[in-house]
Amino acid sequence: MYVAVKGGEQAIDNAHKLLAKKRRGDTTVAELGVEQIRQQLPLAVARVMTEGSLYDEELAALAIKQAAGDLVEAIFLLRAYRTTLPRFSASLPIDTSSMQLNRRLSATFKDVPGGQLLGPTFDYTHRLLDFTLLAEGEYPGPQGKPDATVEACPRVLGLLAKEGLIKEEADTGAPVADITREPLEYPASRAERLQALARGDEGFLLALGYSTQRGYGRNHPFAGEIRVGGVEVWIEPEELGFPIAIGAIEVTECEMVNQFVGSATELPQFTRGYGLAFGHAERKAMGMALVDRSLRAGEYAEEIISPAQQEEFVLAHCDNVEASGFVSHLKLPHYVDFQAEVELIRKLRKPSKEQAQ
Amino acid sequence: MNAATQPRPQSRPQRDEAYNFAYLDEQTKRMIRRGLLKAVAIPGYQVPFGGREMPLPYGWGTGGMQLTAAILGAEDVLKVIDQGADDTTNAVSIRRFFARTAGVATTERTPEATIIQTRHRIPETPLQADQIMVYQVPIPEPLRFIEPSETETRTMHALNDYGVMHVKLYEDIATFGHIATAYAYPVTVDERYVMDPSPIPKFDNPKLDMSPALMLFGAGREKRLYAVPPYTRVTSLDFEDHPFEVQKWEHNCAICGSQDSFLDELILDDQGTQSFVCSDTDYCAQRVNEGREGQ
Ligand SMILES: [Zn+2]
Repeated sequence: MYVAVKGGEQAIDNAHKLLAKKRRGDTTVAELGVEQIRQQLPLAVARVMTEGSLYDEELAALAIKQAAGDLVEAIFLLRAYRTTLPRFSASLPIDTSSMQLNRRLSATFKDVPGGQLLGPTFDYTHRLLDFTLLAEGEYPGPQGKPDATVEACPRVLGLLAKEGLIKEEADTGAPVADITREPLEYPASRAERLQALARGDEGFLLALGYSTQRGYGRNHPFAGEIRVGGVEVWIEPEELGFPIAIGAIEVTECEMVNQFVGSATELPQFTRGYGLAFGHAERKAMGMALVDRSLRAGEYAEEIISPAQQEEFVLAHCDNVEASGFVSHLKLPHYVDFQAEVELIRKLRKPSKEQAQ
Repeated sequence: MNAATQPRPQSRPQRDEAYNFAYLDEQTKRMIRRGLLKAVAIPGYQVPFGGREMPLPYGWGTGGMQLTAAILGAEDVLKVIDQGADDTTNAVSIRRFFARTAGVATTERTPEATIIQTRHRIPETPLQADQIMVYQVPIPEPLRFIEPSETETRTMHALNDYGVMHVKLYEDIATFGHIATAYAYPVTVDERYVMDPSPIPKFDNPKLDMSPALMLFGAGREKRLYAVPPYTRVTSLDFEDHPFEVQKWEHNCAICGSQDSFLDELILDDQGTQSFVCSDTDYCAQRVNEGREGQ
């Protein structure tokens, strides 16, 4: 005699214990410290902070540890924590022109005021496994000059704008919605779109951006400027009436110069796409900038025919916490609905059986 | 809120004071309650709300959980079911979540519960006027599989333009001889909005019509909520010559012998021997307590 499935609670407890064991691995190997993750996996930390929408390196590193290295799971952990935090204030816009640069490049000009700064990058490394890393040992890196300073330098696209060659981005002064507090409705404002893209999955944006390069909504991009470095965050508390700096964060900013537009009444101008991510996250910032520009198709009266140009398609599917939750819910029992379908298909098959006889 | 005639259930568990009552902050709960009031005022209309990220994955009941959190009081008695059963793992997980964060009493008995959060079923035991059903909804838009664009479907609802839905159902009849929808079968609420009753089997649809209980629906990922107030007309879409009908089984429940409950099919051995048992485990257990049994 079948007895209805019982034991769910015990099964859940056991599963959690097994997960903890799997995460820890062989206990004869030293446990990974959160600070080690923070220091030695900074690019993973950057991605988790960006898509988790929370700038906190320690908590992002903790989430990576807890998630056993599953970054989408770590992003989810950070998001679930973030949602419980009180909002004290909205910061003033960060000023990336005054960024303390670690890296800066422009693919549009051979030389730009302030110069190009390669900085720490995988670019130009030969992707050969470095077996010396198998042996644990100190690698001190290059000696920096302790008194060296990098001057803040103007953004490349600002130089183009001076000449009127690129569309100015004007702040309309309209209030900026917070998509983590208010539901996204379509059509979304550009500010809402950029928020959604900033939280969006790096792989999804990369693929969509790539699709525009391959002709699905082509918009002729040039990497106008990519810059990585520290910026100060300022807030202006109402009771003070003047702004104060509350700290500095590292960000990656990408400005794409795109296909020009013009009309009988307007001289042709380049357009742009914008990407911004926490920490050092160039792939994300570039993918975001490509998709931001392709979502502006309507604004520039371009034909909307490709996935990357379709706002609802992109914004409704770019969030990996949502996507991963909904895909993984297929693991939940569906036997009631399946039974309903089985019953239906048996019923639908009956007449065809009779016909066969 | 519980019916005076019902026995009080077991004592309440200890609440984890590290979290606000029922996890969500009070402002968020107020925001959700405002949405619920609107939803009750416009039966079947999908109200957008500022859905929060819950510590459970999207698609695993975050919409239902947010609604439950918003309406839960310290005196409430909560029942959580998934596939009709209280002991399915996700139901266990959600029930534990509220026992921990709200310290509310929980029950498996349908008549004892003041709030029943559910995924995919409506209990077989008739609901009462002082009960609230909270449904977990994956895709709140009944037109979504016909029209993927939210902009378009909102317009269709606004214009009461449901022609495409009838065309789809008609095409089913033309192709299969029957309407080929077995669950999440669309309904018209209060003769106005077409609504997705959540992925309950169509067997459960008639239980929505003129129910004395308040029905609340929450879709966390899609950030929509909607409601069917008590004693509201809920009709399943059909045609005069193809009237709506619910599933029937040629078997009885192997445990309690019930002839009119929704049955789960079990495969017992490698030869595919089937057995059928009630999906609603509380209903089934109560019938066994009353001395009924299967064949
Ligand atoms: Zn039974």
